[in-house]
Amino acid sequence: MALTHRSPNLLKPLATAASLSVITQPLRRPFSTDDTTPITVETSVPFTGHKCDPPSRTVETTPKELMTFFRDMATMRRMEIAADSLYKAKLIRGFCHLYDGQEAVAVGMEAAITKKDCIITAYRDHCLYLGRGGTLVEAFSELMGRQAGCSKGKGGSMHFYKKDSGFYGGHGIVGAQVPLGCGLAFAQKYSKEEHVTFALYGDGAANQGQLFEALNMAALWDLPAILVCENNHYGMGTAEWRAAKSPAYYKRGDYVPGLKVDGMDALAVKQACKFAKEHALKNGPIILEMDTYRYHGHSMSDPGSTYRTRDEITGVRQERDPIERIRKLVLSHELATEKELKDMEKEIRKEVDEAIAKAKESPMPDPSELFTNVYVKGFGVEAFGADRKEVRAALP
Amino acid sequence: MAEVFQAIGAATALSSTNVFNSKRVLFSYRRSVSERKTSVCTLRSDGSLFSGLSSRGRKAEPLTAVATKTESSTASVASKPGHELLLYEALREGLEEEMEKDPTVCVIGEDVGHYGGSYKVTKGLAKKYGDLRVLDTPIAENSFTGMAIGAAMTGLRPIIEGMNMGFLLLAFNQISNNCGMLHYTSGGQFTIPAVIRGPGGVGRQLGPEHSQCLESYFLAIPGIQMVACSTPYNAKGLMKAAIRSENPVILFEHVLLYNLKERIPDEEYVLNLEEAEMVRPGKQVTILTYSRMRHSVLLAAKTLVNKGYDPEIIDIRSLKPFDLYTIGNSVKKTRRVLIVEECMQTGGIGASLAAAIYKNFFYELDDAIVCLSSKDVPTGYAGSLEEWTLVQEADIVTAVEDFFKPKELRRNSGS
Repeated sequence: MALTHRSPNLLKPLATAASLSVITQPLRRPFSTDDTTPITVETSVPFTGHKCDPPSRTVETTPKELMTFFRDMATMRRMEIAADSLYKAKLIRGFCHLYDGQEAVAVGMEAAITKKDCIITAYRDHCLYLGRGGTLVEAFSELMGRQAGCSKGKGGSMHFYKKDSGFYGGHGIVGAQVPLGCGLAFAQKYSKEEHVTFALYGDGAANQGQLFEALNMAALWDLPAILVCENNHYGMGTAEWRAAKSPAYYKRGDYVPGLKVDGMDALAVKQACKFAKEHALKNGPIILEMDTYRYHGHSMSDPGSTYRTRDEITGVRQERDPIERIRKLVLSHELATEKELKDMEKEIRKEVDEAIAKAKESPMPDPSELFTNVYVKGFGVEAFGADRKEVRAALP
Repeated sequence: MAEVFQAIGAATALSSTNVFNSKRVLFSYRRSVSERKTSVCTLRSDGSLFSGLSSRGRKAEPLTAVATKTESSTASVASKPGHELLLYEALREGLEEEMEKDPTVCVIGEDVGHYGGSYKVTKGLAKKYGDLRVLDTPIAENSFTGMAIGAAMTGLRPIIEGMNMGFLLLAFNQISNNCGMLHYTSGGQFTIPAVIRGPGGVGRQLGPEHSQCLESYFLAIPGIQMVACSTPYNAKGLMKAAIRSENPVILFEHVLLYNLKERIPDEEYVLNLEEAEMVRPGKQVTILTYSRMRHSVLLAAKTLVNKGYDPEIIDIRSLKPFDLYTIGNSVKKTRRVLIVEECMQTGGIGASLAAAIYKNFFYELDDAIVCLSSKDVPTGYAGSLEEWTLVQEADIVTAVEDFFKPKELRRNSGS
């Protein structure tokens, strides 16, 4: 049986969960949540490197950052659960790919970079959009196809974009975003900016030819591109060992260095992204493999249980859940009490509900919107077709 | 602020009895290259030119474009006679001028840099602008097209060269989904000011895979513009217009036209991407054509004129969108349409153009539209097979003559 063949290595990183944090400072000191006193934490597992020296396991963080992580991840989790209910209520149609379980990748990455660095990803983009500064109202409006959506209702779940904070989407065709990501890196190098591009893809897309073509070019020209494989171990219904001869995705770059990261640990992700950014600016591309997991199926039309057992899902949720990890850190450093965290989650739930209500008020696109944004009115041509009397061209 | 117009050579009013050779339609405007004010140039498709201060400004007095150089009579100052060059040099000139002007313009393609371009369009540019601006890519059409589109999303203006347009089939996903649609799916956030150019069409016995006409494959993609150049004059103008356009533009060149020689103006000029070119005004039948077939049609026209016919020849240039204004006016005048193209009969540009004409101008037509296109076969290697696949001059002459014969005597059924 296909299901029994797998080794339960998905639960491996939890082995050191017992010693979740090695605290080098006394426990009883009260911290305020805005404090920026550094706290040192060790990641759950060490990093594994391919053709590079992995960074240290010890991560510096602050109470403020931990609380931000908790709040952001809880908001993302709540948003995805709410999207699930909206989909079942038929307010969201078509494809809806949910990110819950993988939130640590989004928040960890954001913590290591600026808004001038670019992120481009595939269709599981709701939480990355939030991480880049998108609002809940814009996200829900876009999911429901309303005018207030980030893409004016024209894109939908798979096409969230936010140009001003460097979020380039949101792409439906598997793997096509990686050459685009290398193009973003090319533009950064061309304009001599000291910024990097993170091109995210999944373990399913890791077998696409265009990925290796783009990687070759990025390595050839030393582009500041960081390819991040969000390995949630399933390409829709196909487990990674059934799709890839070599599921060590961080090694697949061959001549390009790689790093394997526990993607359920936000601090590990942050450390890896920081390391990758420094590397990319000096030496060219690097591959990060985020070992992560999605609780939902591939999309809302996939129950997610035909190719994996429910025990596996609950096992990962119990042992490696990213929010629980941060919660334990917060509680053990006494940054907040259990009740405060629960209140925060209640508040977030309310926020999300309000955002949904507000998004529902936004209208569907106008008929006049059907033909807008097909072309840019850049060259100034105002009318074409059988009835135009003159061609008017504005030359720059 | 007012532009100074200079008509090259004489300014005589256009009349339909003049043999209107495209080479002679020369107009220019002089403005300082360093300033980038928006100036509006309103071009009427009957060839007359309006200058305006802005799109809302007053119009200056109209100037007619030139007819023939030999009649040097009225008005305008005769400017320099221009310079002669080959089509690929014209493309290079246009490209170089734009690269000089705008540092975000870059070229990406196979062998464009050190090799100078497989058809020498980018010769010498890598030495001048560096390896990053004229980028030699590995043979990976899908991903370097994707890369160029990603770069365009940030504001660069890449020109993607396909060594042969047929190779761009590998990049179809990137062209269709990311190039064409991204502006729409992002709700207008991203513009893709990319130019995709390259030679296509049937050469001299290049074989089936290297003799493809891809125009019709891209025709349905929303969000892109397509133009086809046919002379050095329109090659340079269209290249510059395509680079300046904020929309993605696909510029189709033809393998056999790169060595065409023509005299073009020294002054800077940009052509309109959506406009068709009136090559020869006539009264009896409208012949619509583009790219290499234009030259076949002109050769056939010599025979036709000798036989006493009066065809109106229009080089449609803009393949997406069609310039239905020029075409419509012509149809209303002549009431007969012949389309001559190199694309396939099934699903070719001609098929879509015929449908568009029927939809808009059905009641202006006296006769069914005849569409001469390549046969629905891969273009074989043997010279004879290639000849039978394509439209030949004799076919064009026959088709025009057939318009004036009763149905039973028609030889060419328009296939």
